[in-house]
Amino acid sequence: MTYVKNRLRRTMMFVPGNNPAMVKDAGIYGADSIMLDLEDAVSLTEKDAARMLVFNAIKTVDFGGAEIVVRINGQDTPFYDEDVKAMVRAGVDVIRLPKTESAAMIKKLVADMENAEEQYGVEKGSIGVMAAIESAKGVLNAPEIATATPLMMGLAVSGEDYTADMHTHRYPDGRELEFARNLVLQAARAADVYAFDTVFSNMNDTEGFYRETKYIYELGYDGKSLVNPRQIPMVNKVFNPTKEEIENALSVQNAIQEAKAKGSGVISMNGKMVDKPVVEKANRVIETAKASNLIDEEGNYIGE
Amino acid sequence: MENKVKRNLPDDLMTKMNLKPFESVEIGNPEVKRVAPKVQVTTGESKVVDSLEDVIKKTLKDGMTISFHHHFRNGDFAFNKVMNLIIKMGYQNLTLAPSSLTGVMNDTVIEAIKKGVITNITSSGMRGSLGDFVSHGGLKNPVVFRSHGNRARSIEEGEIKIDVAFLGVPNADPAGNANGQEGDAVFGSLGYALIDAQFADKVVLLTDNIVDYPNTPASIKQTQVDYVVKVDQIGDADKIGSGATRFTKDPKELKIAQTVNQVITNSPYYKQGFSFQTGSGGAALAVTRYLRESMLKDGIKASFALGGITKPTTDLLEEGLVKKIMDVQDFDKGAAASMAQNKNQQEIDASWYADPHNKGAVVNNLDVAILSALQIDTNFNVNVMTGSDGVIRGAIGGHQDAAAAKMTIITAPLVRGRNATVVPEVETVVTPGDSIDVLVTERGVAINPRRKDLIAAFAKVPELNIVDIKELQEMAQKQVGTPKPIEYTDRVVALVQYRDGTIIDTIKQVKD
Repeated sequence: MTYVKNRLRRTMMFVPGNNPAMVKDAGIYGADSIMLDLEDAVSLTEKDAARMLVFNAIKTVDFGGAEIVVRINGQDTPFYDEDVKAMVRAGVDVIRLPKTESAAMIKKLVADMENAEEQYGVEKGSIGVMAAIESAKGVLNAPEIATATPLMMGLAVSGEDYTADMHTHRYPDGRELEFARNLVLQAARAADVYAFDTVFSNMNDTEGFYRETKYIYELGYDGKSLVNPRQIPMVNKVFNPTKEEIENALSVQNAIQEAKAKGSGVISMNGKMVDKPVVEKANRVIETAKASNLIDEEGNYIGE
Repeated sequence: MENKVKRNLPDDLMTKMNLKPFESVEIGNPEVKRVAPKVQVTTGESKVVDSLEDVIKKTLKDGMTISFHHHFRNGDFAFNKVMNLIIKMGYQNLTLAPSSLTGVMNDTVIEAIKKGVITNITSSGMRGSLGDFVSHGGLKNPVVFRSHGNRARSIEEGEIKIDVAFLGVPNADPAGNANGQEGDAVFGSLGYALIDAQFADKVVLLTDNIVDYPNTPASIKQTQVDYVVKVDQIGDADKIGSGATRFTKDPKELKIAQTVNQVITNSPYYKQGFSFQTGSGGAALAVTRYLRESMLKDGIKASFALGGITKPTTDLLEEGLVKKIMDVQDFDKGAAASMAQNKNQQEIDASWYADPHNKGAVVNNLDVAILSALQIDTNFNVNVMTGSDGVIRGAIGGHQDAAAAKMTIITAPLVRGRNATVVPEVETVVTPGDSIDVLVTERGVAINPRRKDLIAAFAKVPELNIVDIKELQEMAQKQVGTPKPIEYTDRVVALVQYRDGTIIDTIKQVKD
């Protein structure tokens, strides 16, 4: 496994790192990223066992092409050093640092990863990092955190800890998270890294889940953290491009082909020049459409 | 000798018991002869007696065959009441021929075997302590396992000759008219017991609820019944079937169920008036839910649902998505209660349901069957009888019979705990791979290479991950490794019949 900076990351499914049955089957649900958790889901007495389980799972289990992220224990815990070493040695795709509050914390993580890479003969820079923003300080420092390393994959808002830090808790309308969501997203976009929204833990409130997912999709988030595989098709549904978006994206791609065929450096569609952001958006739309089986191999729309 | 699924059958036993090896899933059009029971003529108004012991004394002799039904499942009081008396009265050499054996019967059966009361058994299956006992050589003569359809066939053709049938019912009138739908211990359809009532020489009903004559609807009729025995309590309503059916929340079962639904709705059979049979497991119930959503969306209605019935299926009947239910057994209270209320829920007997030697059984009209498996091998042969330790722990039920459907789907997780479900060779062949069409696991869908039409149909469905069954088997092996082979002695403890009475496999005694 090697870290790929740009890929589809609509869904990041949390899996407790100490549950063999769940770890073994994590790959069957079609999550874009799987986050194996060594931190909050694992009790103190099981930290070592979970680390060993996750280490072996990364080396042996078929995760069905999903990106593998491991949430290690925080830098203020005695488990951090061993976690970093084990995950580097296992060759995970991305290491996620919890409770990130400064660029310095990310720089320390990267330095520790480099040492481990050297120790175990792992290719330098083959593992990405991401930062979980879980406090007021973390939110305010999001811009420096996002740019702390070229290995940064993305930022994730962690709503539970953040709202506690803010002397509030989570409400159905999400207004208490508005500032954090927007600042983290701005920081991520400005640094050209990914942005992930927090988990929605009430599995029985389907309507609320759709409302929140639609909201963060409209803000511009790349994906959402999930605690239950049943939420994966729901997120994908929200992130699915419309028929018009797909047809437009296909036209953009055709224009690119035509320009290439003519040997022209300028891409034009309907007499207008096509800019880079438009091309990138078209590529994202097609990638998502393919992942959701909305277009066939020849690129024809087959959704409903 | 070796049969067509490459199982080695002991020649001496085959010759001694005059058995034929399994040849083919094609039944063909043989001419068969049916038998008829002896009838003790009577015009007596009341057949009600208080003493079960007197009835046993009058009807039973050493060496006879007795039968029971299992519609009360784990809420059954009838079986133990009768068997404990038979044991106490010192009978010997009886053949036990129930429609199946449930957990509450285990201790009594073991005691009866140990005391020489029972020396032969034929059943759909057995579990728990009894399966363990038999697998370790506790019964001298091999048990004969038969599917529900095959049991009906065997009774009709005289291979099982029932001398006395003891049938528990939640109601009966003094002349013996009875059904499974009213009383304290209702279970709905009497499907399996109807064959016993029709073909046993002596029919003894046991009930805690004697009602006025004439009792209708009469599933069992006064023309068939010799005695009606009044007992205190015939069953425990709470243990007959689960109460409210709850849908599984297990994401893996839901994923499998969703895939099964995609297989069904993308198959050539999914059209106006199609028919289906689902089971009672978590995934099967979830399939019913997803199928309902698809049927509503596509405006498709089924002509009938078949089999063991659950509330989610009777809900489809209420909703008009299913026009008829052909009901041989009910798995929960909701389905049992629905039979009394809805005339489109038709009680059918085991012969009508699934007897292969019939002028057509309902399974022959069935489009889609969804079945489970303990193991399935790379030839699509299915084991629903023995566990990964070789010990008997299951039942054929209607598995072989429902596999006569036009498309038979097996649902199974790739592995269970540390055991592979998809294996190179099943421990016991129960349902031959020639009657299995599709395997759905959480890791992919395998189609029997025989079904080129389905391979072509499903290739166009991007959501279906079609894989070779060998790939699934290798994936499972990679996860759990290769187990050490189970060690058996040479002694045969059970014979597994195919639905036509041929021998598809044997089960050997496990080494201690």
